Amino acid sequence: MATTCLKNVLFNRRLTASSIKSSRPSYLLRPCPAAQTRWSSATTEPRQPDADGGTKGGPSTQRYIKYTSESYPGIKRDNKFGKLSKAHVKFFKDLLGAQSAVIDGVSQDATDDLEPFNSDWMRKYKGHTKLVVKPGSTDEVSKVLKYCNNNMLAVVPQGGNSGLVGGSVPVYDEIVINMSRMNSIRGFDEVSGTLVVDAGCILEIVDHFLAERNHIFPLDLGAKGSCHIGGNVATNAGGLRLLRYGSLHGNVLGIEAVLPDGTVMDDLSKLRKNNTGYDIKQLFIGGEGTIGIITGVSILCPQRSKAANVAFFGLESFDKVQEAFRAAKSQLSEILSAFELMDGQSQDLVHAVTAKKRPLEGQYPFYCLIETSGSNPDHDSEKLEKFLEHVMGEEIVSDGVLAQDETQIQSLWSWREGIPECLGHWGGVYKYDLSIPLPELYKLVEDTRERLTSVGLIGDDEKHPVVGVVGYGHMGDSNLHLNVATRRFDTEVEKKLEPFVYEWIAKRNGSISAEHGLGLAKKAFVGYSRSETMIRLMKQIKDLYDPVSRITPLLDCLMTNYTAERYHEPI
Amino acid sequence: MPTPLKILVPVKRVIDYAVKPRVNKARTAVETSGVKHSMNPFDELSIEAAVRMRESKNPPVDDILALSAGPAKCVDVLRTAMAMGADRSIHVEIPDAGQGQAELEPLGVAKLLAKVVADEGRNLVILGKQSIDDDSSQTGQMLAGLLGWGQATQASKIEIDDSDRVTVTREVDGGVETVRFPLPGIITTDLRLNEPRYASLPNIMKAKKKKLEKKSLSDYGVDERRRLKTVKVEEPPPRKGGGKVEDVDGLIAKLKELGAI
Repeated sequence: MATTCLKNVLFNRRLTASSIKSSRPSYLLRPCPAAQTRWSSATTEPRQPDADGGTKGGPSTQRYIKYTSESYPGIKRDNKFGKLSKAHVKFFKDLLGAQSAVIDGVSQDATDDLEPFNSDWMRKYKGHTKLVVKPGSTDEVSKVLKYCNNNMLAVVPQGGNSGLVGGSVPVYDEIVINMSRMNSIRGFDEVSGTLVVDAGCILEIVDHFLAERNHIFPLDLGAKGSCHIGGNVATNAGGLRLLRYGSLHGNVLGIEAVLPDGTVMDDLSKLRKNNTGYDIKQLFIGGEGTIGIITGVSILCPQRSKAANVAFFGLESFDKVQEAFRAAKSQLSEILSAFELMDGQSQDLVHAVTAKKRPLEGQYPFYCLIETSGSNPDHDSEKLEKFLEHVMGEEIVSDGVLAQDETQIQSLWSWREGIPECLGHWGGVYKYDLSIPLPELYKLVEDTRERLTSVGLIGDDEKHPVVGVVGYGHMGDSNLHLNVATRRFDTEVEKKLEPFVYEWIAKRNGSISAEHGLGLAKKAFVGYSRSETMIRLMKQIKDLYDPVSRITPLLDCLMTNYTAERYHEPI
Repeated sequence: MPTPLKILVPVKRVIDYAVKPRVNKARTAVETSGVKHSMNPFDELSIEAAVRMRESKNPPVDDILALSAGPAKCVDVLRTAMAMGADRSIHVEIPDAGQGQAELEPLGVAKLLAKVVADEGRNLVILGKQSIDDDSSQTGQMLAGLLGWGQATQASKIEIDDSDRVTVTREVDGGVETVRFPLPGIITTDLRLNEPRYASLPNIMKAKKKKLEKKSLSDYGVDERRRLKTVKVEEPPPRKGGGKVEDVDGLIAKLKELGAI
């Protein structure tokens, strides 16, 4: 049986394909560009190992996913939480009614059906859950949580399960509360642009809905075909449009959430201004579900731009990249909607996997992708032309191309958005998502590469665990993705990377998790980015909202594995 | 000695391939205002084919002329054509009377092109096999008829030998067909012919300095009168959405209800 999570992925793929086909006759489905659209790479990204058999990514050595409890023996199950019994399962079945709303591995063997809910798409984490419940309404979420709270059952909330920090999958036998059945769009006001949706709505479907109404979701990321709005908000996902539209802390107007004891917090405000006391909903944005499960979101959506342009540059040094960024800010200012950085090696790896024709003839150590969007195509073109003349004339960029049509825009974007998927081609990827002061942004990649090279871990053959160290990311937000593509997850590599990377970041007052969240992967390292006082204050909030799962001394860190909504988003 | 080529590539400005076209409120045409336009994808292939001929230098290419007939904005696609490698271009301006009324029919375009071929001394015309807006797929053939030249449509491969013979491979149902004609002649292009290049920034800058002539239909004495009248334009009926079932039992019940099992 296909699980719901996979159904969503498949459904999206179909939806995407049909929406392309229906608009144009089939003769235009070119063999190459049609397979290069932004969507197709996005929807396949969070695939599960048993879904496509890894066929899209080609041969992969990381077939078997190790249980998280084996990889990280330091994490202990807190035995104050109860074990699941058949009586518990019966309660959930009676409560949720529909057969498809409960996947029961307690009274029968359902290992295959549970697999996609137990493991993440990076194949790094795997839990032992025996039960998945899919509530269909806020009321059902409330009843499920209340019951779990009273019976001391641990839960892990799950959205599209496209996270990168192991936050959306169980470690032990936590019950997975999957939000995919809560997927209706509750309402949209075209005058104010306020959208109200269920937490389980898929980002891409919501964005299509808005596109028909000339609006745009203020967030865009590679996993849009699978990720849920609830998960986006719970993890405060950043993504490709943050530069233009700002963070979810500003765009989310209201949240409906269920607290661990089952209390429904209805703060689904549609107001832009509401200075009446503490803004509690902000705690849920980026709270990774540790103090409640988000069930509904109201969000402010801007007008969709009529005109979009994409240019792709090759540059000789990181200094030139910074110059280009400054020039883009000053000359394109309000129409600049993305400034993405990709290093030469990341593009080499994409090329190696996809074998697509490169946009530029020569090869450069750095590439940038610039997107502008505005309401008046002529105005934008004029500005962009001046900017391009400037950066070429001043020799800030060495070469570049400008997309002439929508197909080329998508094709250029695929060189940026395709990176995460292509890096996973050889096996596992160590992913670091970091905020670093701009002048030193790329130095970390160089330092890390040098560190791994000096101990002989990087190489072209099977003997070397590391394929390459690459850097890319949202230059406009000072956000670097440091990725280490490996042939297998290897403790020796991990030891060389951690805490080295975190210490490097702490020295520069950066953040060890810019937009991916803490999850399981980063929670032990939160001290590198937050002071003791800040961590104490966070713990107090957790205890206040979730007194039942009060943190035990064994887990001397911020987030417990229990009663925690932890879904996450990649890009 | 092979004859140097003087190539004409007509390009059309159409609604972008990735944009979903919508019918206007009056139901007389497809809505074009405020919609992103780009070069007809098949014409991109034609430009690319012409530029590659020059790059291969055998036979030598004297000149690649791009031409577009339509409203003022057609200059954009001509600039793109020149950024991709066309040497110069002609814009035959047809004032936009709104809602596609001013658009030429294939026969009008073919007559215009025949005049341009004569005036500019062309010996090879490379056209897209069709434009993606009206899908007529007639212009190339009509032009060949008017000029009395040989033609090879839907080319997926083009070779020109030293004795001015053009060999074209075309994809047909169930296989490929190879045809040959002596220059001068007409080629229409199909998707598998090549992968068009991106317009690079240096070439975009250079294209601004290339020659772009403004002409009007009267300069060529072409009768632009339409022979067809568009009566009505309608969107295809919306697809009926499928239903969702809750679980396997629901699916089986539904299939039984529909008599599928």
